[in-house]
Amino acid sequence: MSSLLDTPTAAPDAPAARPERRWRAALGLLPFALYFLVFLGGPLYFVISGAFTDADGRPTLGNLVASLMSPQYLLAFRQSLLLSAVTAVIGAVFGTFLAQAVLTARPRSPLRRTVSTASGVLAYFGGVPLAFAFIAALGQTGLATAWLRSAGIDLYASGFRIDSLTGLALTYVYFQIPLMVILITPALEGLLPQWREAAENLGASAWSYWRLVALPVLAPAFAGATLVLFGNAFAAYATALALTSGSIPLVPTAIASALSGNVLVGQANVGLALGLDMVVVIAIVMVAYLWLQRRAARWSRR
Amino acid sequence: MTAVQKSPAETATDAAVEFRGVSRVFGETRALDGLDLALRRGELLALLGPSGCGKTTALRLLAGFDRPTSGEIRIDGRDVTGVPASKRDTGMVFQAYSLFPTMTAAENVAFGLRMRKVGGAERGRRAAELLELVGLGDRGGSYPHELSGGQQQRVALARALAVRPSVLLLDEPLSALDARVRVQLRDEIRRLQLAEGITTLFVTHDQSEALAVADRVAVLNAGRMEQVDVPQEVYARPATPFVAEFVGVMNTVPVSGGRITPGAAETTQVRPEALLVGAPDGLAGTVLTSTFLGPVTRLVIRTEVGELTADAVTRPGLPAIGEHTTVQISG
Amino acid sequence: MTRGRRWRVVVLALAALYFLVPLVASAEFSLRAPGGGYGVANYTRIAEDPVLLSALFTSLRIAVLTAVIVLLLVVPTAVWVRLRFPSLAAVLESATILPIVIPPVVMAAGIAFVQANLGGPVFRALFDSSTSALTPFYVILALPFAYRAVDNGLAAIPLRTLVEAARNLGAGMTTALVRVILPAIRSAVLGAAFLTLALVLGEIVIARILLYTDTFPIAVVETGRSAAGVSVALSLASLLLTWVLLLAVSFVGGRRRRSLRSRPSVRRRTP
Repeated sequence: MSSLLDTPTAAPDAPAARPERRWRAALGLLPFALYFLVFLGGPLYFVISGAFTDADGRPTLGNLVASLMSPQYLLAFRQSLLLSAVTAVIGAVFGTFLAQAVLTARPRSPLRRTVSTASGVLAYFGGVPLAFAFIAALGQTGLATAWLRSAGIDLYASGFRIDSLTGLALTYVYFQIPLMVILITPALEGLLPQWREAAENLGASAWSYWRLVALPVLAPAFAGATLVLFGNAFAAYATALALTSGSIPLVPTAIASALSGNVLVGQANVGLALGLDMVVVIAIVMVAYLWLQRRAARWSRR
Repeated sequence: MTAVQKSPAETATDAAVEFRGVSRVFGETRALDGLDLALRRGELLALLGPSGCGKTTALRLLAGFDRPTSGEIRIDGRDVTGVPASKRDTGMVFQAYSLFPTMTAAENVAFGLRMRKVGGAERGRRAAELLELVGLGDRGGSYPHELSGGQQQRVALARALAVRPSVLLLDEPLSALDARVRVQLRDEIRRLQLAEGITTLFVTHDQSEALAVADRVAVLNAGRMEQVDVPQEVYARPATPFVAEFVGVMNTVPVSGGRITPGAAETTQVRPEALLVGAPDGLAGTVLTSTFLGPVTRLVIRTEVGELTADAVTRPGLPAIGEHTTVQISG
Repeated sequence: MTRGRRWRVVVLALAALYFLVPLVASAEFSLRAPGGGYGVANYTRIAEDPVLLSALFTSLRIAVLTAVIVLLLVVPTAVWVRLRFPSLAAVLESATILPIVIPPVVMAAGIAFVQANLGGPVFRALFDSSTSALTPFYVILALPFAYRAVDNGLAAIPLRTLVEAARNLGAGMTTALVRVILPAIRSAVLGAAFLTLALVLGEIVIARILLYTDTFPIAVVETGRSAAGVSVALSLASLLLTWVLLLAVSFVGGRRRRSLRSRPSVRRRTP
């Protein structure tokens, strides 16, 4: 093991001169790569192979066709895409404002610590606690519902339900904003103070600075982060499961009910086909994200 | 002998920039403590001092990025103390990385004109003209990350000059560059400044840089002005011990009749190059260190009156480390 | 300047409102007593409910195992990439984004297929209990942010210098990692571990689809059908507990970080 680091001072390109050594060093990455392959690649493999076979194991395209043609699944896709897009955009815009508001505070201030740690918890906790918090706030007997009623606004009389698409969107934003704060903060920190000062010095107003200097620099990172938020909402299921127990047609709900086998025999493979559809959507999003990441990196090269 | 401060009234007529009793307090520290300083029209004044002396604070106050705690700042006789940075008509060159990364060199240079609502064609013409002036006529379409550090600073200089500011502010513009590029760009800045006749405040911590390009040098220490004068005077006749130490190396020796005399009551300050090594009637000493600097060799010699630093013209036969020699004030 | 401050106040106030109301509502809801008035009965229920209690222990066991495996995978890899494969950093960062966006429900679908259709001792051992079946996949879910947290921690220390200094003094690579690097990124490592805890205490999709109903979050949801107050109380408690742990790490880590950060950098000199 120790011999692997005999030339630690070598420049990144130097080991290329000794390919066999580079090969041995690459072994250090093997556990990570293998784990990824087995426990992420494995399930994905069975999703893909299952999507193309019928219940008896014969190859077929029927599952995919069914997953893309049935009206119930089309509705699920439409709802899922709408929910993901809307919450991604809201989360991205507000998350950026929040991140910038927090960044203008001193680096070790309680505000910054609070927001950065809370972002971590809220972005990754997701699911169950979130659903219950929103039921407690905006459910029939929730506290916020009661406050609003005493202020003369009766949510439920106007048709609102927490287990509706609107209620779900409101809940999703609760983890989308913190995720945006986490993703966009490095890009905001990358805005150098001398850019703002140079712009001011040349006669630019704050608005001109943001429009002509800061936003173009941020644009790729912002768009990339928005795509991750989209994927995040598209993939999310726990919140919907806990909040609505599956009453809103979303793609994950459709997959879960197809898998539970209480519909028809052979539906499990349609569930896998739906899973493949989801993966394809997300793969497209990821490719776009990676392309934007590379663009974003261009500005930071000096 | 050296005018440490000129009273504002004296210089008001031809002052392009004036600091009048300007102080800036950050919490407990007084970054600037009653600064009085006037820049004459068209001169290049170097504001020199160690880091933390308040020179950058002074520059940022003049640019409008910060407000003084007390005192006032005038540009062309007009009080600009409360004027926002975007309305001050100063052109600033920052230490590094100040070019807008998403704009080409030409777009960067044209930015100030765009803010002043100058038409597109005129902007392009002026940007091209300035890029030509800084020797980058063919790089107008390049993005900052495609330019070297020295080229980036040239573009930054062109950008600052494009709006014909009433004063040019240089905030250690050379400190992030390689030694060779630094000297080259330093001389170019001076050439441009003279050609354009623009009043310039050059902030630096490098005394050789300040002495090389400035019409006058202002030495700042702990928020207070120590001396303002032409480089030759600052070097030859430092007003305070701080200036003597900070600008070059200075030996303090007891003298009598112009010769180093141990035990004499009178002392004087002598630059290393004014000491003669191996003088026949010199003070005896031992060479502690010898540093070859090219045309001269710097010797530190331990003598009866303390350690003296002397620069000798490099030649065969100079005493080596540990050898005995003599030293005396030359001439 | 004052206009600049005003938008900030508005944004922070809106954020506080949006993020605090559900939490305050949860607190209020969880403290409601059945006959009217307030009490802590919902919080003490867990001590009397053997199902909830054993579910909590199951989930904590899964969380600890998950965190250990995650750190064993992530720390050496992140260090190795920074030392030897800086060119791969971008690839790895993109790879670690994958589990954020590969839907847990799709992962669960694939695993469920294996569970239903494949036999053999390996798979039987894997699907034997909720701990053995869920832990490997929770590791995948936890990898993205754990990698980011650890990598950010490594970015903040002079990694190469520390390793070279340790090796120069005769330490082996493993010793350097355990005795020098790990303490230096302690707060990042703890942060990653607590976020793993958050994830395990909130995950229901894979557990539900694979029919492992003995984990804490599943039990909380099930309890919610009959006693919503208990579910809200337990959710809030687990959320706040994780957050307090992270906040503590942030304060402790922040105090120590200052001394570590004294390496030179191209930062604007203060006036």
